[in-house]
Amino acid sequence: MATARLRHTAPDLLAGYRPAKGVADEMFDASGRMRPVWRRFASRFRNLSAQDIEGRFERADQYLRDAGVYFRQYSSDPLTERDWPLSHLPVIVDEAEWARICSGLAERADLLEMVMADLYGPGKLVSDHHLPAELVAASPHFQRPMVGVKPRGGHFLHFLAFEIGRSPDGSWFVLGDRTQAPSGAGFALENRMATGRSFPELFPRAFIHRLAGFFGDFLSAADQLAHLDGPEPLAAILTPGLSNDAYFEQTYLARYLGVPLLEGEDLVIENGRAMVRTIDGPKPVGALWRRIDSSFADPIELDEHSQIGTPGMMQAIRLGHLGMMNALGSGILEMRAMLAFLPRISRQLTGQPLSMPNIATWWCGGPRESQYVARNAQKMMIGPAHSVDLPFELVGSAAVAGQFRDKTQGSIEDWLREKGSQLVGQEAVTLSTTPAWMTDASGMGRIVPRPMTVRVFAARTPQGWRFMKGGYARIGQSEDPTALAMQRGGSVADVWVVARKPVAQISLAPSGRDGFRRTDPGILPARAADNLYWLGRYIERTEDAIRLLRGYNLQLAATGNPDDPRLRLLHAYLTGVGYDMRDPLPTALIGRIEAAQSCTAKVRDRFSTDGWNALSDLLATARRMQSHVVSGDDAARAMSVLLRKITGFSGLVHENMYRSSAWQFLSFGRALERAEATAAVLSLLACENGPSGGLDLVVELGDSVITHQRRFRVETTRETVLDLLALDAENPRAILFLLNRLQELAMEMPNAKTYNRLSPLNRKLMQLVTEFTCAQPAQISTVRLQDLRRELYDVSDLLSDAYLR
Amino acid sequence: MPTCGDSMRYDLKLKITYRYDGPTDRARNLLRLRPLSLDGVQTVDAARLEITPPPSERHEFRDFFGNHVCHVAWNTPITDLSVALHAQVRRFATATMTPSGLAFSDMAEALRTAHSLSPEAPHHFTAASPRLPQTAEIATFARDFVEPGRPVETLVRRLGHAIHERMIFDPHATTVTTPAAVAFAERRGVCQDFAHIMIVALRSLGIPAGYVSGFLRTYPPPGQPRLEGADAMHAWVRIWTGAKTGWIEFDPTNDQAAGEDYITVGVGRDYSDVAPVRGTMRSAGGQETAQAVDVIPKDSTA
Repeated sequence: MATARLRHTAPDLLAGYRPAKGVADEMFDASGRMRPVWRRFASRFRNLSAQDIEGRFERADQYLRDAGVYFRQYSSDPLTERDWPLSHLPVIVDEAEWARICSGLAERADLLEMVMADLYGPGKLVSDHHLPAELVAASPHFQRPMVGVKPRGGHFLHFLAFEIGRSPDGSWFVLGDRTQAPSGAGFALENRMATGRSFPELFPRAFIHRLAGFFGDFLSAADQLAHLDGPEPLAAILTPGLSNDAYFEQTYLARYLGVPLLEGEDLVIENGRAMVRTIDGPKPVGALWRRIDSSFADPIELDEHSQIGTPGMMQAIRLGHLGMMNALGSGILEMRAMLAFLPRISRQLTGQPLSMPNIATWWCGGPRESQYVARNAQKMMIGPAHSVDLPFELVGSAAVAGQFRDKTQGSIEDWLREKGSQLVGQEAVTLSTTPAWMTDASGMGRIVPRPMTVRVFAARTPQGWRFMKGGYARIGQSEDPTALAMQRGGSVADVWVVARKPVAQISLAPSGRDGFRRTDPGILPARAADNLYWLGRYIERTEDAIRLLRGYNLQLAATGNPDDPRLRLLHAYLTGVGYDMRDPLPTALIGRIEAAQSCTAKVRDRFSTDGWNALSDLLATARRMQSHVVSGDDAARAMSVLLRKITGFSGLVHENMYRSSAWQFLSFGRALERAEATAAVLSLLACENGPSGGLDLVVELGDSVITHQRRFRVETTRETVLDLLALDAENPRAILFLLNRLQELAMEMPNAKTYNRLSPLNRKLMQLVTEFTCAQPAQISTVRLQDLRRELYDVSDLLSDAYLR
Repeated sequence: MPTCGDSMRYDLKLKITYRYDGPTDRARNLLRLRPLSLDGVQTVDAARLEITPPPSERHEFRDFFGNHVCHVAWNTPITDLSVALHAQVRRFATATMTPSGLAFSDMAEALRTAHSLSPEAPHHFTAASPRLPQTAEIATFARDFVEPGRPVETLVRRLGHAIHERMIFDPHATTVTTPAAVAFAERRGVCQDFAHIMIVALRSLGIPAGYVSGFLRTYPPPGQPRLEGADAMHAWVRIWTGAKTGWIEFDPTNDQAAGEDYITVGVGRDYSDVAPVRGTMRSAGGQETAQAVDVIPKDSTA
């Protein structure tokens, strides 16, 4: 009863919702009636209390934070990540309307394929005067090495996106075709997950079409392209690497689809075939979902300055051994000026106008068009013809509504006369609005209309173009319904394609197949193995340093005497390994954590979000502490906090990481680092004429005080210490234990034996294990320990030679 | 086909060597060294490319502009690389540059009506290219040579002459990666710089211009023997003069039209399209390179 009354009296969140005149709205039709597809959703949620609404939105935000979804902008600081700007209310579209949109876009996709095949084939569009030669030839996106190339599988385009908007008359149009390497599909998945946290109820959940089926079909098509000439070649994602603004999305998609995420340097070309360098030798790759721009793909045939490509890749493509999704050179279709010619090309090639038109565009290279644009500059956006940015992304010199946006001088007429062939005029379109939650200055939230565009994704499958039943919406920041409001800085939203009745559950398994498919645990690229190995080493090195720094500060607090002999020993040791002991929390320690994080970032597709968050938290905590920690007790407590956090990370890895080859390399790095550190400490503090107190300190640092007491019941001597920390097979800090561990791991690695002979790495480890198993403490001299350190460097080199190159 | 009577026969020898500071892993190169056969201009009677150490992979293909490309790769580390070309080429005397082509003022219209993306089409050579961005200083310099009513060839000659006058040939002033703008400002450089400057200048005026790499016969001082291996690869400029007259070639380094002393290896938008050796290697250190070229006229007695 109480609830019913409360709900009744709760204010209507839609009370103030007033779409502007002359603008279409997603929720209300032209006559002001709510569209049927929104009704059930609105009736359920319009009377929620502001508190409830904010609680729901907070659940979505919490999901995004936990999942580590972030957004990166190239512009200001290249590596700052900011919170994901989710607009929590979905855009809702009826399934029948969505089907009409997609059938129009499928025609468009076919037309784009035809244009692509012509530009890189016979070139008839140009020779028949349907497209100006200078537009194509002057574009940096026209990749000449692709001319005459027959793409593997016969098609140039495989994965497309379309940025669409709705006109005041209710019809949809295209603002831009995204044909190079469209991003957003993975973000659409994340938006879906997050928005589901806000609206978890069976309604609407059961009525929303799933996204998984689309990805399943795409994955299956990618596999098919890879497998054209045999079952062996892989399909993979080709990423520009972690400085790219969509890198997170790429790692997410790689995990979601279960395909390798490769960088250019992971690949080599052998006899015209692309091979991924793995710890188990080169493995063939037959298809790449390309997320790098074409010009960077091959530094010897394309942009010579590219650092992220693969030399010779163009050759593999030319020979038809490697399928690119999409073909190199597809960026030419994104050129703004192309939109001026596509309508005519459509009529020419198909005899039909485009049923999904694009934003009206005039290339100003023709005198008639140029004059038209000059006369109508008030209703236009004028900008670079060769730009591949969407119309609302104003780049370079641009004029909007008759005014220059930058410092360009002179009249628009002169500008058009002088630079016409480099310019296009585009109709200043008006977009539809959709409900968005806005909080005003006083913290009061309400629902207001905001302009939006939707990105729609299409994948080529053997059954034709398949569309994601959902999309990625961008929501403008202000009420301004012109496309300009869509400039960067807005928010993003989930797109619900809603059915009339509950939809069937779909998973990633390709449609038409039963059961689950157990995929291969996958290849481990050499570069990833290298990063994992070093991550293991850095984590161990950091943990070791935290322990030593804690020991130092505890002793300082206990004695208060900087001349205390043990303090001096520790001080000398830590200084020797690069820590400036004048700082209570040395900057070098933060450097080590950063090194570990940077390795993790490069293999992020292999880590759980928890692991990543634990490491980020460790780094953030250490940075925070550095400003206020003081030596002694305070620093010792700070180190205890860091120690708990880093062991938390290690625990997550140890307990949860799948025992794959990735785990082997990480563990190998840790064990090798620890063995090396133990040898270093022993050779310094437990040497034959060592400093007094050194032996006790070693035992303490090795976390072995209690064990030593139980085992020997005497004062520490060099023999007892070496027995415990060098020759004990049960003490996880002892050299022998660690050598055994290294050997165990190395025996599991590929090619550990050939023709029953040990690999060089295993031979070396076998020698060391045998020696330390048989040795007596007296035989382990300081010189031997120093030599051992060098031999462990050799082990590292042998590992690199065998697996990491 | 013209007969031997009105052609020059050449024996061409080229050797390029690289020595790397350390072994280079996965070296891969594109070699553009084999001269082109060009209808009525040049015939290649024989050409052999020897590569040491022998590459593990070798593919031959023609690039977009029709140049011969030899794609080579090694799957074991190499420390030295030597590429040797031996070719026999006939070069026919071509008509000297006569100002029969388009007037400068008609160029824009001629380009508007050129509807082609074929490798010979002028539009590939009008815009900025990978190595040659637009350069305001060179554009300003070029503007002085515009005489709207006069033929494009006249402008080419006057501009080429002016570049030759302005620049000092200096093999030590620039490297293979020096931008045209820098060489222009320093007023020094080699054939690559001369050609690049002229291309940027012509494009700034709306005249399609491209880069030609090849060989030039050099004449020893009177009474002295030709020195072996003393030559180098050469570069000059090609210019589109309208649909009827097509492409002409001019050498700003020597202030002359490229005639029968010239042997063409490759054409492109700039050096990056025709670099004789373009490649990558994974190596920590640097490299040393040397080049020796002999252009031996077969019919001469030198």
